[in-house]
Amino acid sequence: MAAVGKTHATRWAIVNVVVVLYALFPVWWIAALSFKDPSTLTDGSYIPTDWTLENYKGIFETSEFTRALINSIGIALIATLIAVVLGTMAAYAVARLRFPGKQLLIGMSLLIAMFPPISLVSPLFNIERIIGIFDTWPGLIIPYMTFSLPLAIYTLSAFFREIPWDLEKAAKVDGATAAQAFRLVIVPLAAPGVFTTAILVFIFCWNDFLFAISLTSTESARTVPAAIAFFTGSSQFQQPTGSIAAAAVVITIPIIVFVLLFQRRIVAGLTSGAVKG
Amino acid sequence: MTDRPPRGNALSEGARQERRLGWLLCAPAVIVMLAVTAYPIGYAVYLSLQRYDLRFPGRAEFVGLDNYGAVLSSPFWWDAFWVTLFITGVSVAIELVLGMGLALVMHRTLFWRGTIRTAVLIPYGIVTVVAAFSWQYAWTPDLGYLAELLPEGDAPLTEQWPALWLIVLAEVWKTTPFMALLLLAGLALVPDETLKAAMVDGATAWQRFVRIMLPLMKPAILVALLFRTLDAFRIFDNIYILTAGAQDTGSVSILGYDNLFTALNLGIGSAISVLIFICVGIIAFTFVKLFGAAAPGAEVKR
Repeated sequence: MAAVGKTHATRWAIVNVVVVLYALFPVWWIAALSFKDPSTLTDGSYIPTDWTLENYKGIFETSEFTRALINSIGIALIATLIAVVLGTMAAYAVARLRFPGKQLLIGMSLLIAMFPPISLVSPLFNIERIIGIFDTWPGLIIPYMTFSLPLAIYTLSAFFREIPWDLEKAAKVDGATAAQAFRLVIVPLAAPGVFTTAILVFIFCWNDFLFAISLTSTESARTVPAAIAFFTGSSQFQQPTGSIAAAAVVITIPIIVFVLLFQRRIVAGLTSGAVKG
Repeated sequence: MTDRPPRGNALSEGARQERRLGWLLCAPAVIVMLAVTAYPIGYAVYLSLQRYDLRFPGRAEFVGLDNYGAVLSSPFWWDAFWVTLFITGVSVAIELVLGMGLALVMHRTLFWRGTIRTAVLIPYGIVTVVAAFSWQYAWTPDLGYLAELLPEGDAPLTEQWPALWLIVLAEVWKTTPFMALLLLAGLALVPDETLKAAMVDGATAWQRFVRIMLPLMKPAILVALLFRTLDAFRIFDNIYILTAGAQDTGSVSILGYDNLFTALNLGIGSAISVLIFICVGIIAFTFVKLFGAAAPGAEVKR
């Protein structure tokens, strides 16, 4: 592959540009909308003629958005933390230990990965109202961590299978118990995989809409995706387009940061769980 | 069972310890998953056998399978069912083709490999609601750039078929990268030497793709198809934002949501929930039985 023809390179350049445009265009469009002032909002141009930050100022002045942002961050972080801790424990057992019932665990997580969330919405709605966690943080954290557990277990057990066995054995030879070998040897080795999984789980929780609109009724636990669907204009004559666009951009920023910083890890995480083995 | 230690019943102390640790480590995940899915789905079945209007909770009563009869004899259910099947079938088919192309680009491109992968992760990672709003504004007359391309007065999101195709478009844009990444993992399993050997033997690019790459990638393709089909069948966010299910564009998930939160009918809503659960079960079962799609868990067996 030393000598690559010029036409060949040009062809790849065109293909690459098409792919990048495909991926970025809708994102660019909503970002452009968010910087337009109300008078030019409807001009349909891809680049705002008069740049303004009014839309952003507007949303950060209302608790409707700021409260939702705090809810989104808090709920996604806590759900991610719990899912990754539980997932790490289970994935370690799946990847490293022999015990009856392993296939059952794997089958069960697979079932949950395929589970239609809408099927849980009606029972959870009722259960949560009865036990009093409807419209609270735990009311969303619990379904989020449950639905992200299969993702966590798969990704983590794929990573864990790559970790050198010998180091653990060596620790055991040196007198460590299985539990100590887990805590002192595997956990540090596993940290990159755990971190990658945490990103994937966070993206999953950050993205949810169905539970967020079904299991909340006020600002107290509503996350941003649900909140922007209920945005109203600051007056009844004004469309909330600018505010929605600005809020949409704000919640896209963490995704873009993750993707830019950890592209390699995310790709590895998504592909390892699915096909390896 | 490969999990059983080789020495029969006489478990060594170490094996017993290992076994206990295994159960101990899995227990929290298992308890959470059972408590948050198995118990509620059982409860959903129970609710679906009741006449239960949230406005009159005192008047709940057992009605047997009446709710299922009402749902299955209602045109709303069947409209939503066919719409869901249409969106699922069409979008997954398009995604498979586009995703394969995208995977090949990611795998073989001569430069910008990192940039390409970073770019395609953005549709994967972006919040579905955000992307859906972007599409909605793009297609809204007097606001969006895409609507400007259409003849004056066209509002595609307010007509059934154009709206359905736009829902498919939004779905395809968002999830093709995921499909492509799963296929990319399959592509990595195709040995370069085999391809080179075929090239030396004079196989065309198309022949190499169909005769060598596709068969070797079959497991990856089936897993990707299974995952995406089940995921597409659950479609909710895109439709909710783009059309809210107006003009007969609602999926079964939209129908379930509406019955619960607009009609406030917990009995009917739960019956729809259970029916969707059964549909998803049938799709998964068909895939595994018909195509022998190895469930992603099966690989752990070894």
